[in-house]
Parts: sequence; C-alpha cells; structure tokens
Amino acid sequence: MTDVQATTPVSSTDREVIVSVRDLKKHFPIAGGLFRRQVGAVRAVDGISFDIHRGETLGLVGESGCGKSTTGRVMLQLDDATEGNIFFEGQDLTKLSNSQMRKVRPRAQMIFQDPHACLNPRMTVASIIGEPLREHTDMGPAERRERIEELLSIVGLDPSHANRYPHEFSGGQRQRIGIARAIALNPDFIVCDEPIAALDVSIQAQVVNLLLELQQSLGLTYLFISHDLSMIRHIADRVAVMYLGHIVELTDVERLYDDAKHPYTEALLSAVPVPDPRAEDIRKRVILEGDLPSPSNPPPGCVFNTRCPIAEQKCSSEVPEWREIGTEHWVACHFAE
Amino acid sequence: MSASDRETVLEVNGLKTHFHTQDGTVHAVNGVSFTLRAGELLGVVGESGSGKSVTMMSLLKLIPMPPGEIVAGQANFGDQDLLQIEADELRKVRGGQIGFIFQDPMTSLNPVLTIGRQITEPVLLHTDLDKKGAKARAAELLDMVGIPDAAARLKAYPHELSGGMRQRVMIAIALACSPEVIIADEPTTALDVTIQAQIIAIVKDLRERLGTAVVWITHDLGVVAGLADRVLVMYGGRIVEEAPVRDLYATPMHPYTVGLLASLPRLDQKGQELVSIPGQPPSLYAEPTGCSFAPRCAHAFDRCTSEVPELIEVHPGHRTACFWDLENGRPRA
Repeated sequence: MTDVQATTPVSSTDREVIVSVRDLKKHFPIAGGLFRRQVGAVRAVDGISFDIHRGETLGLVGESGCGKSTTGRVMLQLDDATEGNIFFEGQDLTKLSNSQMRKVRPRAQMIFQDPHACLNPRMTVASIIGEPLREHTDMGPAERRERIEELLSIVGLDPSHANRYPHEFSGGQRQRIGIARAIALNPDFIVCDEPIAALDVSIQAQVVNLLLELQQSLGLTYLFISHDLSMIRHIADRVAVMYLGHIVELTDVERLYDDAKHPYTEALLSAVPVPDPRAEDIRKRVILEGDLPSPSNPPPGCVFNTRCPIAEQKCSSEVPEWREIGTEHWVACHFAE
Repeated sequence: MSASDRETVLEVNGLKTHFHTQDGTVHAVNGVSFTLRAGELLGVVGESGSGKSVTMMSLLKLIPMPPGEIVAGQANFGDQDLLQIEADELRKVRGGQIGFIFQDPMTSLNPVLTIGRQITEPVLLHTDLDKKGAKARAAELLDMVGIPDAAARLKAYPHELSGGMRQRVMIAIALACSPEVIIADEPTTALDVTIQAQIIAIVKDLRERLGTAVVWITHDLGVVAGLADRVLVMYGGRIVEEAPVRDLYATPMHPYTVGLLASLPRLDQKGQELVSIPGQPPSLYAEPTGCSFAPRCAHAFDRCTSEVPELIEVHPGHRTACFWDLENGRPRA
C-alpha cells in the first residue's frame, strides 16, 4: 500500500505532477442497532489513483453519489481518508498533523458549489476575502485592504463594493467572491466542486471564462468536479469518469469524447442532450437500465455490471484491472481494447 | 406531421401575473400570449425568474394568492376561460383534463401515502371507475411508464423508490385521467443524465402512443432540442421568441436566444471560447418600459428602452420581440 512506485498507474508523461492520489478510499460508517455500533459503510470512494499535472485542468465527472465531491474534499483533507495516500508536491497529506496541514492550505484551495451557503451572511465581502490573509499572512490592515480591492477587480467585481454583504450580490457575483477568496493566497492548486451548477446558463459562461483566465494568468492547476459533461469538454485537459466510488476511465479530453472505451462513459456521453435538433435526430443513444446501486452495498466484480449493456458472467465475479490500453488512456473494463 | 394545421387546445392571451411582496410588486409575467395545439410538444425555455413556471402555474391558479395576483389575461381551454371559471369547475380541469408533472418528485408526492393511493386518487375523483377499477388502472399506468412489477409496486411508499422511479410515478399520476394536456415543469432537472435520458424516452414514447399535448418547461436548451416541436423563449416575464424547434436553433432571431446558444458548451464539438452574455438578469420590481433585455444587448438602440417590443412574425411560425432586424443588420421598420 505504501509502495508508491509499484502502484504508480497514470504518469507516463514527463510533465510535472503536482498532486497524485494513490489507492484512495473514503468509507463513511453506518451506525445501527442498540449501541449504535458500526453495521456497515458507505463506500463513497473505493480505491482510486490518478495524477494531476501542473497547470492542467483535470475534469472529474460522474452522476450524483459517485464519490466525486468526496474525492475533492478528501484530497484537501476536509475529510480524512480511510486508506491511501495523497501526495501534494511530494508531501503525503494523509500523514500530516493539523499544524503541518495548515502550512499547506494556502497553496491548495477550494471553490464550492453553492455560493449562498459558503459565504457567511454576517461578514462583509472584505472580511470574507480578508480572512485567509489575516490567518496566513502578516499583512497590515492597509496592505490587506489593498490586496482585497485588487482581488475584487481581478474577479470582475467593483472594489468599492468591498463593504457590502453577500446577500447584496447575485449568484454569479457571489461565486466570484468565492473565487477571490480561493485565490487570495496565491494557491497552486484549486479544487472546483461544481462551481457553476447553481448558476443560470448565461452566467455560467461568465464564471467559466473567469476561471480559465485566472488559470492562464496565475498558472493554476484545477481539479474541476462536475456532472456537466458539455462544460467539462470545454474546460478540461484530461477527464476522469467516476462510477460508484471507482474511476472507470481516464484520458485526455478529446480522446474521451471521440473514442470512449468504457461502456459507462459511452452511455453517459450519449445521454447528454445537445442543443441542436439536427444533431439530436441522428444521435445514437445508449439508455441504461435501472438505477445506481447503493454505495453501501456495491455489486461484486465490476461495479457497473448491473447496468452494463455488454456485461458477461465474469463481470459479476472478477474486478476489472485498471489498465492502460493506449498512451495515457486508462480503463477499468474486461472488454476494453 | 406538421404541427401547424392541428387544432388549438389551449390559447393564452395577454397573461399578466404580479406578486405583491414586502419589497414591492414583482412583475413576474408581463403579457404572455401563446397557443398550444393538439398533440404537440411545446418547449418553454428560460432562466430562473423568466416567468416560465409562473405563466403555466397561473393558468391553473396554482400560484399562492395572495401574494400572487393574476392581473389580466385569458386562457381559453375548450369553451372555458380557465381564469374566469369557478373553483369547482377548475378543480375538474386540474388533474383531469390537464395533468401536471413537477420538478421534484420527493416534495410533490405525499410521503405517508402509498404510490397506489396517490395514483388512484385522481382516477376516483375524475372518472366513473370504482375502487377496483381504479386500482387496475393504476397498475396499468405504472406499467405504461416502465415500472416493473407494477401491481406489487402500488404498495410501496415514495421513499422506497429512487428519484427516477418517483418521477415515473409522477408521470403516471399526470396521465391517470387521460388528459388532453400535460404541463411538465422542469421534470428532469433534479435527475442525473442517464436517468433523464430514460424519462425523456418514456415521454416521447407515451406522446406518440397517446397523442397528449405537452408543455415542457426547462432551462436546458439541450433537452428541448431533441424533444420539442415548437419552442417559446422567455425573458423578464415575456416571450421574446417563438419558433419551430429547428428554426430556433438554426436561425435564432432574438439577441437573447443568440447569446444563450453561444454561451453553451457543446458535447459534440471541440470547444471554442464561450461567449457570455454580460450583466445580470433583470429586476422585476419595476413595470417594464422597454425591452427587458436591452441593458445586456449589443444591438440595443434608443427605441429599445422607450417602447416594449411586441412579438412579430418574421418567417412562417417564427416570431420575435425585437426592434433590431438581425438578418439584415438594421432596425426594423
């Protein structure tokens, strides 16, 4: 388990790896019975490994309950990992004490989904954005104020609005405040957890364009978690597809969308509606039967076997190997080639 | 196949709905007129606050009144005006001749009643069937929406079903009395894409078999592209464009529709830069005095802020409410 070299599955390029995740598991205990003993576990993340290269955007896609948000939270140690390792610039975050982790936090930040819930309604925008500066730097009040105003103009907000409260802003503007807070300490790596899911279509493009600009100008690396496969195609360099706690396919974005090898990826892509009636008429759809199994009781063998259109006997008994079938194209399916 | 020569089942004229709140009057719907033809699927597209749900809810007086108030308008359904008839009469229409499917099946199903009870309720209320007949009808409906082992499932409670299954139950309830019209308000928004694809396939199939007219309210231009015959685009409580589905996507005529389509990433195409629409959706507190999209519109000129544009037909069946002629790049006469 700790032998990282032997299990290094994904980095066959010479690009610098900023984050690597190895055999990561996160199980949430289920308590039951008279003494609230643990009677089972929700296997939210059940053994995933991948690398993120410096300066890239890795898209992490999947449906609700597949474990994509948990992955993001555990990577930043907002939740403890049950098993496995997370290396951030070579340092294993799972082994760090709280005070050591605090030193890493300025460089690894998060943007949350719901801009209503993640901003304290009783704090002004200046104090929300200033909080990380107060905690992690020795800036004086005047210097801090200057930085806050600079950050507000970077994210496209009026610096003179620094003393307003979150409720005075629209959803898109609130997400910009969340972004300003995340970039306040010049991080290297940001986990974006569904940052546009709560926004209207015309506002989504504004926020995505801002994230892409910031990536260029500040040299950021993103883990972009989303269920929106069209937006992932637009924003990501490589994409990992999750299903029931496992990554089933990982490759660069063009290959995934043009030549998906895992039957789940194919079904997922074919289910996304395209805003073009002509294209919709000729598209081939793979409609999956049934629903997502419970992550507290995942099916044996391949986790997708209960809904897979090409499943055979061995899929329900043998766990498919996570293997590289082409350069930088990883799939967990017995039949992918 | 052509939708235009079918008879009209619902005709709405000049609908205005306001909400009187502590902060002032919200002008949610500001003069909406449209027709729904027998058997067609009409997509209604718009962002939050565009008035798409309030319009449809107003027709059946499903908005809370007060604070809501239907200020003006007519809704002709058969020989009745839905906005004028008595509560008793309206109750016969709701769930009987017009079925509803809501966004979140968990909040619109009653958690303490079995599925069977909830499907038989409208059947007993609106048809002559007795209890036994209603139960048989309920099983038949569940079978129709693709729920396996229907007879046993009638005894299940909503929490025992997944989100996709619950939405199928909602569809079964909406279909229970063989309505002429079904209004579906964001029916797949709360669902994952693979489940959404299942529900869309069911609705397509049922519509072909039963010939029910469907109003499908959504913010997702992708869903509408593969489903609708005709589309209404709403913004700021008004219809800004109305067109057959192919014309709308091929040659959008309103700058808002153009902007909306340009701001969408495409799954089937390599990414170009997304063109975002600058600014924010309009505040609805003031009565609109011009085009509500004007502050965000690149083509806006003085007339746009002083006069409210009416829908005008620019091609057969294709109407737009805009003073700027996008095709010829000049103001409309």
